[in-house]
Amino acid sequence: MAKRIDVSGLTAYYGSHKAIEDISMTVEPRSVTAFIGPSGCGKSTFLRTLNRMHEVTPGGRVEGKVMLDDENLYGSGVDPVTVRRTVGMVFQRPNPFPTMSIFDNVAAGLRLNGSYKKSELADVVERSLKGANLWNEVKDRLNKPGSGLSGGQQQRLCIARAIAVEPDVLLMDEPCSALDPISTLAIEDLIGELKERFTIVIVTHNMQQAARVSDRTAFFNLAAVGQPGRLIEIDDTERIFANPSVQATEDYISGRFG
Amino acid sequence: MSHAVVSGPKAAPPSPGPRRSLNSRSLPRWAPLGFAAVSVLLGVGISLAAGWESRVQWGLVSALLFVLVSYVVTSAVENRRQATDRLATSLVWVCFILAVIPLLSLIWVTVSRGVKALDGYFLTHSMAGVPGFEAGGGVYHAIVGTLEQVGLATLVSVPVGLLTAVYLVEYGKGALAKAVTFFVDVMTGIPSIVAGLFLLSIMLMFDLQPSGLMGALALAILMIPVVVRSTEEMLKLVPNELREASLALGVPKWRTIVKVVIPTALGGITTGVMLAIARIAGETAPIMLLVFGTQLINANPFDGAQSSLPFYIWEQYRVGSEASYDRAWAAALVLIAFVMILNLVARGIARWKAPQTGR
Repeated sequence: MAKRIDVSGLTAYYGSHKAIEDISMTVEPRSVTAFIGPSGCGKSTFLRTLNRMHEVTPGGRVEGKVMLDDENLYGSGVDPVTVRRTVGMVFQRPNPFPTMSIFDNVAAGLRLNGSYKKSELADVVERSLKGANLWNEVKDRLNKPGSGLSGGQQQRLCIARAIAVEPDVLLMDEPCSALDPISTLAIEDLIGELKERFTIVIVTHNMQQAARVSDRTAFFNLAAVGQPGRLIEIDDTERIFANPSVQATEDYISGRFG
Repeated sequence: MSHAVVSGPKAAPPSPGPRRSLNSRSLPRWAPLGFAAVSVLLGVGISLAAGWESRVQWGLVSALLFVLVSYVVTSAVENRRQATDRLATSLVWVCFILAVIPLLSLIWVTVSRGVKALDGYFLTHSMAGVPGFEAGGGVYHAIVGTLEQVGLATLVSVPVGLLTAVYLVEYGKGALAKAVTFFVDVMTGIPSIVAGLFLLSIMLMFDLQPSGLMGALALAILMIPVVVRSTEEMLKLVPNELREASLALGVPKWRTIVKVVIPTALGGITTGVMLAIARIAGETAPIMLLVFGTQLINANPFDGAQSSLPFYIWEQYRVGSEASYDRAWAAALVLIAFVMILNLVARGIARWKAPQTGR
């Protein structure tokens, strides 16, 4: 459970376009790390390299090392499918499977992997939905379609789906950007609870959110449009927001950027 | 008061310009009906005066008048913008009616002539021992033939077509995928007689006998590209987010395709397959060449000649007696009903399988 991520010298490409360059950082277990930075600076791309989803995009490829405890995700002989079971992901827009019920959505990860005991399935679903603070809202309609829920509920359903396979790390790509403030609050509370069990990395455009939920914050930036994005600095969230060591970070946070 | 000096000669109050009322003269809501009535009357009048006999000419003149009258009257009473709007609307209506007339008349003629010979006896008996020019006999052997040949063709082409489409959408890139797409497009245009001749040449080469299977293979050649095309479009409509959601759960790609992508697109895929079946159910040429046709019931598609509905229609029409014409029309009605039932089934499945949105 809850592994440390150690990235060194990571560069990612889309075809011949270099999207991020030479990123190194450490993400501590059982903590929340927030990525902030302007649009197009490669936060999401970097996040997707952490569970090998980047290479799903046509032309996507990665150089460098991502160590999960003592294993390199990009080592030869590493199966991306196994990586993705260990490092789960929640996307920007809620994307429950439209053909499946709420129950089946949560069970999807186990079912589609074919590795589950029938008797345990109901327990796992209940535990995951409780873990995502959704159980009370949906326990009476588990066999209704997941797409019938509200946006915030759908996003929590997606979180339940992601934690049902018991990953060690949970990546969240702007999980609240499509949600209203109340659903956002629900998810932020949830993140606070989940960090007891998982290593959490969250990309956000909302700096108050980064300040509220994260223990450490990484600031990404790019020199100019078309240039690859870089990690400017990573530090404790309090320091980043109170007294960053790089001027660009302060400019971005205080809104003086650009 | 310097501004009064500046405005000088223009000091007169600004001219009111065109009246800016939100209300303007407008035609009553029944105006299009009025235009239609007037144009039909005018059209008939003009046609009679000119001594034209063809009803088609009458209709075309009326349709043209309808478009003209709508535009002229509206631009006179309302304004140019409304008139243009009316012009487009009336053109749409005229085109709609032109498209519907042949369809309705086809169904009307088939039903009115087809019901004469259509009864339980017709559906359950073959033409065995019935002289072609006499009444009696039935279509049973042709129904059996069509069902078996179309069924076999579907069994062959749905797996091939589905897997090809999955390859093109989920895996294919580069030269091979482009080549496959190109040849699928070319295959869409193959005339049925060419598919028939192709299999005929194979049949002669290997000294095979005509059978339902041979016809089914020719039909499959016609059906595969349609299935590939429609399935491909449906798979492309599945949001990429769903694939990513599944992959991010650690589900292998093939399982993602089988359990998430195809179920999401299943409604559309089924509709595409049904349309493809409807298209091949009416093919005559390959059946003539490869299945040969018979008057007897042959339920074994792998051995010996069979009949089929389109073949039966052609055969009966060729006999040229009153009774055989009746049988041809009745068989045409059966064929149309078959296709229509398939379509309804497809719609049912599409609705049943469509991603649900209800709460």
